[in-house]
Amino acid sequence: MSTTSSNESRSRGKAPAGERVADWADGRLGIYSLAKANMRKIFPDHWSFMLGEVCMYSFLIIILTGVYLTLFFHPSMNEVVYHGSYVPLQGQLMSEAFNSTLHISFDVRGGLLIRQIHHWAALIFLGGMFVHMMRVFFTGAFRKPREVNWLFGFLLFVLGMFTGFTGYSLPDDLLSGTGVRFMEGAILSVPVVGTYLSFFLFGGQFPGGDFVARFYSIHILLLPGIMLGLMVGHLILVFYHKHTQFAGPGKTNNNVVGMPLLPVYMAKAGGFFFLVFGVIAAIAALFSVNPIWAMGPYRPDQVSTGAQPDWYMGFAEGLIRAMPGWEINFWGHTLILGVFIPLVMFGVVLMMIALYPFVESWVTGDKSEHHILDRPRNAPTRTAFGVAWITIYMVGLIGGGNDLFATHFHLSLNAVTWFVRIAFFAGPVLAFVITKRICLGLQRRDRDKVLHGRETGIIKRLPHGEFIEVHEPLSQEQLHTLTAHEQYQPAEIGPTVDENGVERKVKGSEKLRAKLSNAYYGEDSQIPKPSVEEYKEITSGHGHH
Amino acid sequence: MKKLSARRRHPLAAVVVLLLALAATGGLYTAFAPASKAKADDTAQSLTIEQGKKLYEVGCASCHGTGGQGSSDGPSLVGVGAAAVDFQVGTGRMPAQQPGAQVPAKKVIYSQAEIDQLAAYIASLGAGPAVPTKNDYSPEGADIAKGGELFRTNCAQCHNFTGHGGALTHGKFAPDLGDVSPKHIFEAMQTGPQNMPSFPDTTMTAKNKKDIIAYLNAVNGNETVTPGGFELGGLGPVSEGLFAWVFGLGALIAVAVWVAARTAKAKKS
Repeated sequence: MSTTSSNESRSRGKAPAGERVADWADGRLGIYSLAKANMRKIFPDHWSFMLGEVCMYSFLIIILTGVYLTLFFHPSMNEVVYHGSYVPLQGQLMSEAFNSTLHISFDVRGGLLIRQIHHWAALIFLGGMFVHMMRVFFTGAFRKPREVNWLFGFLLFVLGMFTGFTGYSLPDDLLSGTGVRFMEGAILSVPVVGTYLSFFLFGGQFPGGDFVARFYSIHILLLPGIMLGLMVGHLILVFYHKHTQFAGPGKTNNNVVGMPLLPVYMAKAGGFFFLVFGVIAAIAALFSVNPIWAMGPYRPDQVSTGAQPDWYMGFAEGLIRAMPGWEINFWGHTLILGVFIPLVMFGVVLMMIALYPFVESWVTGDKSEHHILDRPRNAPTRTAFGVAWITIYMVGLIGGGNDLFATHFHLSLNAVTWFVRIAFFAGPVLAFVITKRICLGLQRRDRDKVLHGRETGIIKRLPHGEFIEVHEPLSQEQLHTLTAHEQYQPAEIGPTVDENGVERKVKGSEKLRAKLSNAYYGEDSQIPKPSVEEYKEITSGHGHH
Repeated sequence: MKKLSARRRHPLAAVVVLLLALAATGGLYTAFAPASKAKADDTAQSLTIEQGKKLYEVGCASCHGTGGQGSSDGPSLVGVGAAAVDFQVGTGRMPAQQPGAQVPAKKVIYSQAEIDQLAAYIASLGAGPAVPTKNDYSPEGADIAKGGELFRTNCAQCHNFTGHGGALTHGKFAPDLGDVSPKHIFEAMQTGPQNMPSFPDTTMTAKNKKDIIAYLNAVNGNETVTPGGFELGGLGPVSEGLFAWVFGLGALIAVAVWVAARTAKAKKS
C-alpha cells in the first residue's frame, strides 16, 4: 500500500475492521459473489427439517471427540500387564488397545467424558439418521429430483453402521471381541469365499494380532473419509435442489417459503449445534456407556451373556438369534444356512428401503419434479410400506435383545424367539393393512372437513324443534392445505390392439405395473379428494345438510 | 412232611409264608441292627436336628417327602448338605410358592436360627457341604483381578460381565448377584442350586471362590463406584440403545420442535 492512499484513507476515517478483513478475503477468495448468491438462500421452517441437522452436528461432535481419542489410543494387540488405576483389573494380561482405552478412561484428563460423548453421539447419530430417513420417506421427499440424495443418505446410514461397529470393536474388550467373533462367523458362512475373506480380514486365524490395527484405519480414516465426502455431497445437493416444503397457501412447486440463510437460519442452525452438543454432553456426563472396565479384556475362551452389538447392528443380531440353526452338509462341505440366510436378509431388508423410491417412480410413471411434500396419509400405500418396513426392523431389534426381554418381562426366552420368528413374517403384513386403513380413514376425515367444515360441538335448536350441530366452514388457507395434494389415477395397460387391429404382445412388466398401480391408486387405496363442484354444491345449500 | 405237602396248595398258604418271612426279617433286623442308633441322644446337636425335623415336616415334607427322600414334586435332600439348605431357605427360594421353570428368591420367612435347625436336620440325612464360616467367604485379602478373570471364565456366560443376570432357556434365568450376600454366593457355588452347576472345592478352590466374591463385591456391590455415571442397569448395549433413542433423540427432537417454533415471523401489525 502506498503512502498516499494510506493518508487518504486516514483522512476519510478507516473502514471498520470487519469490513477490511472481508475486503481482504474477497480480493483473494471472491466471497462477495458467493455470499450474494447464497446469503438469501431460503430454508423452510419445520421441526422435522432439523432432524438432518441433528445428524450433521452429532457427526461433527464424533469427529471432534474422535480426534482427541486418537491422541491416546494405541491400536495394537501386543499383550501387556495392566498396572493402571482401576483395581479390579490390576495384573491382568490384556492387549495394548484395551490397556490404552483403560488409560483414556481413568488416567487421561477428561478422557472418560470424551469417550462417552463419542459413544453417545454415535448412538444418537445413527438414531438421528434413521429418523431423518423415515421423515424423508413418509413425506415423499425422495421423489424426483432427490433420488440420488436419498441414496447418498442411505449410504451414510449404512457406512455409519459399519463405522460404528469398527469403533465398538477397537477397545478389544470382552463384549466387542464377542461381536467381532460374531462378524467372523457371519463372514465364514458365506459359501466358497467365506474362509478366504475371513483369513484376509484377520490376517489368518481369528483373532490373530492384526484386526485392531486394521479396524483402526478403517474406523478413523477410510469410512469417515467417505462419509465426510458423502455428507458434503448430500448438503450440496440439498442446496442445489432447494429444500422441500409442506403444502400450504403461497407454497408452490416452484418456490420455497421460509427464512433466509443469513442471518436467520445461520443463527438458528448455529444455536442448534450448541443445543445438540449440550444435550449429548449432558447425557455423556451423567450416564455410563460401554464401560469396558466392567467387561474385561477379550479372551476367545470367555464370553458373557447379554453380549449385544450397539443398537444399529441389533437388527442383524436379531435375525441370527431368531433363525433356526439349519445347515446342509454335502461332499464334505457345510453350508451354514442358520447364519448365511440372516446375513442375506440383512442386506435384503436394507435394500428394500433403499430401492423403494425407484419402485414407486416406476409404478407411478411420474417424471415430474416434486418440491411439495406429501402428508403421509395422502400416500397410503407408501406410508403402509414404510410402517411395515419399520415393523420388520423393530421385530429384528426385539430379537437382538430377546434375552433381556425375557428376563425383564418374566417371559420364556424361547417364547420371545418364537414371537420374533412369527412376527417377522406376520408383523409387516398386519402393519401394512392397519396403516393403510388408518390413512384412508384420515383421508375420509379430511374430505369430510373440507365439505362440511369443522364440528364445533355447538348444538342449535331450530324454530321447528330440530336439533343440529353447527359446522364451521374451514378458512381458505385450510381448504387449500387439505386439497393441495395431487392424486394419481391407476395406470392402464392401454389398447392391446393397434390401429390395424393387430394384437400386440403385452409385456409381463407392463401387466405387473398396471396391477401395482391399481393397488396403489385404485378405488380401495385412496379417497377421491373433493372437487370444486362438490364443494360448491354442498356449500351453496343452507349451511346444514 | 406229607401233611405240609398236602396243604401247600391251601388258599392261605401264601399268606402264612409271607407272615413267616416278615417275622424272620424283622427278627433278624432287631437282632443285628446297631444298638447305638437306638440309644437316646440328648445333646444340643440332636435337639437342633429334632427341631429341624419338626420344621421340615411342616414346611418341606409335602414336596420333599417325609424323610427327605424326595417325591415327584421335589428332589431328594439326602446328601445335599447344610450349605444347600442355608442358601435355598436363606434367600427365600424355599419353601417354593408354586412349581415353575425356576423358583425365584423372595421374602425369607424363617429366622436364621430356624434355618440352622433345618440345615442340621438335612445334614443328618447324609453327608454334604457344611455351611461356610465367615473366614471362608469374607472378601478381605482376596485377589479381585483374579476373581474377575475367574468370573468371566466360569460365571459371566449366564450372569453377565458384572453379575447383573441373564436369561436361560424356557423361562429359567441367572439372577442378578447385586444384593446377594457373600455367604450365599459361596454356598451357591458350592452346591449349585437349581439350574446352576456346582463348583465344589475340587473344581474351584475355596481361595478362588473368595476371589470371585471379592470381585463381585467390587463391581456389583453396595459400595461399587461407577466411574461413567449411572450405569443403566449394567446390561450393555440394549439399554444404552434404548436410552439413546428415548432420552437422547427424544430430547433433541423436543429441542428441534422448540427451535422451530421460535422463528422470526413476519411482524404482525
